[in-house]
Amino acid sequence: MTTSTWWASETFWRKTAIWVTAGSLVVLIVLTFDSMAQISAGTKRVPAYSVINNRIEYKYDEQRHAQVPVIGKEEPLFGKKLTEQEAEALVSKGKLTTQAKNCMDCHTLLGNGAYYAPDLTKAWLDPFWGSRAAREELMVEFIKDPSTRLHNGLGRRMPKLGVTDEEARAVVAFLKWMSSIDTNGFPTNFKPLDQEN
Amino acid sequence: MTALGKLDSANLNGGQKLAVKYFSVALVLFGAQVAFGLLAGLQYLMPDFLYGVLDFSINRMVHINAMVVWMLFGFIGSVYWMLEEESGIPIVGLKFGNLIFWIFTLAVLVVVAVYLLIQVGPGEQSTIWLITEGREYIEAPRWADIGIVVCVLTVFYNVAATFAKGKWTGIGGVLTLDMIALFAIYMAGMFYTANISIDQYWWWWVIHLWVEATWEVMVGCIMAYGLMTVLGTSRKIVETWLYIEVAMMFGSGILGIGHHYFWIGTPEYWLSIGGFFSALEPIPLVAMVVHAVFDSGVNKMRNTNHPAMGWLIAQAFGNFFGAGVWGFMHTLPQINLYTHGTQWSASHGHLAFFGAYATINIAFFYIVMQKWRGNVWMSGGLFGGWKWKWSMLLLNLGMVGMTIGMLVAGYEQSQIERAIEGSTWSGFFAAQSHVWFQQGMFWREVFGGMFAVGYILLVWDLLTIGKRETRAALSASGKR
Repeated sequence: MTTSTWWASETFWRKTAIWVTAGSLVVLIVLTFDSMAQISAGTKRVPAYSVINNRIEYKYDEQRHAQVPVIGKEEPLFGKKLTEQEAEALVSKGKLTTQAKNCMDCHTLLGNGAYYAPDLTKAWLDPFWGSRAAREELMVEFIKDPSTRLHNGLGRRMPKLGVTDEEARAVVAFLKWMSSIDTNGFPTNFKPLDQEN
Repeated sequence: MTALGKLDSANLNGGQKLAVKYFSVALVLFGAQVAFGLLAGLQYLMPDFLYGVLDFSINRMVHINAMVVWMLFGFIGSVYWMLEEESGIPIVGLKFGNLIFWIFTLAVLVVVAVYLLIQVGPGEQSTIWLITEGREYIEAPRWADIGIVVCVLTVFYNVAATFAKGKWTGIGGVLTLDMIALFAIYMAGMFYTANISIDQYWWWWVIHLWVEATWEVMVGCIMAYGLMTVLGTSRKIVETWLYIEVAMMFGSGILGIGHHYFWIGTPEYWLSIGGFFSALEPIPLVAMVVHAVFDSGVNKMRNTNHPAMGWLIAQAFGNFFGAGVWGFMHTLPQINLYTHGTQWSASHGHLAFFGAYATINIAFFYIVMQKWRGNVWMSGGLFGGWKWKWSMLLLNLGMVGMTIGMLVAGYEQSQIERAIEGSTWSGFFAAQSHVWFQQGMFWREVFGGMFAVGYILLVWDLLTIGKRETRAALSASGKR
């Protein structure tokens, strides 16, 4: 190539590559600081872990044109009100259990993971559990041994993963807390469990 | 071994002898990826198949982890392959490099054995340190994470020290900087938090910034070397293109990470940033197609290695369609709201990883075999030339078939599960039971079988190509 036009020169593009990369990285880092501040537990978007002491709803917001989680009246998980520290320890145990059992390689969480089993983002609010009164214990029993329970008409079943009673309760706490995260309306058109009766 | 003819290592320089070890492991892991993919795919059709023995989660984890590692091994092999030619001197600290290869390979074997035999652990920190971290793509336990960082630091040392002592080239400079980014980013995933939004935020730094930024730049370097080797394109041209690609790739890809921050709790501004920058992401991929096709045309397709050239062109188009078009189709938030976490993602994932990364590695395997055989003829009229053509056809057709099967299933899922039923448990299974979904999964498995046959043929071809060849290679400048 004998051309010497600036836009075809190696030097021009090398400099462009360096500046574009550095510029993008700086913007990403600035946005990361802002995002971290907005998604720490205890913020508007990601509520404190003690939110599991309250009812969580998922309602359509006219202004945002999307469904958003709404934190309702006091409704402690398993009937026991927890301090912020106790709640964090319980949710953390549940999150750790979901990792230890590799939930994400069948399910999606916040829509990320594998596509073999239902999304868990709003599992706490799923009408599958039937009623508010039965939900907590049903979830615990299901997580401990799902293999013999009816899932669907396909014959696809979750295996028994050796989850203890303590771990299963922690997983339910984690799922309840996760359902309170503001996910910009994902999943959309979700019809939550009726929690009024 | 006589059936394979003579593979003479005297034809290779020090780095290339190490590279072929990496390539050998990569090829075996490619096979593991295909095998476990077939098992997982079959479980969609026969849910009781291996239930409780090798569950879907395990097969799927091994399927994608084998892929990540074989591609990484392929890239590391490619780097070692070109290092001495680029820098003009023998590799600095090659002994360490060799030692690390064995440690790395052993670690991979241990991790896979634990995945298969132990599978899951109690909900304790010890599980994520010793068994699995349970985070898609980077399930490897923490001890292995640390091992990976140590291994790649050694590779980086080999690369940086060799270029520093020898001469820097454009490819060398980009490669070295890219490797720093590659390894630094990996560490963003090495911590535990109860906060799943923060967890997934950093998890995407690893996954997205790897595959949609640093890996693509790595591919740019390999493509530059490949075109110089196979077509004889001048260094000035490939390096200028490489800088253009880096500028566009990082310029769109770094902030394109925003398309993973739509629905994980992160602020709403990511909807605009992610939508805009990810819409730009196909542009560098178009540039790469133009580059590869234009250079081939300038040379009237006259090249030293037909199989490698075929796969380089397949890479250009596969990258554009798989990563570019298939990604763009569902990247805007208005659409992604309905496609996120459905078979759409699987469809895109398959075509993109194959199109962008499997192809370039296969192209490189052929460049390697040619040199290993003593720089033999690999242009028109090859002995047994049907094998590379048929394996290429079966692999590509198999992949396109799988992609379409999953795409049909994904459309149906977006409509029934996401739009109508709103992603409830019953909505999920209503979509999974639908005949269109089931047909999609059936054809995916059939084409997966075709892909597997293509893989077997590929291995056979790589092991035997050029073994009876006595003609010398066509020289890249056009004369024999």
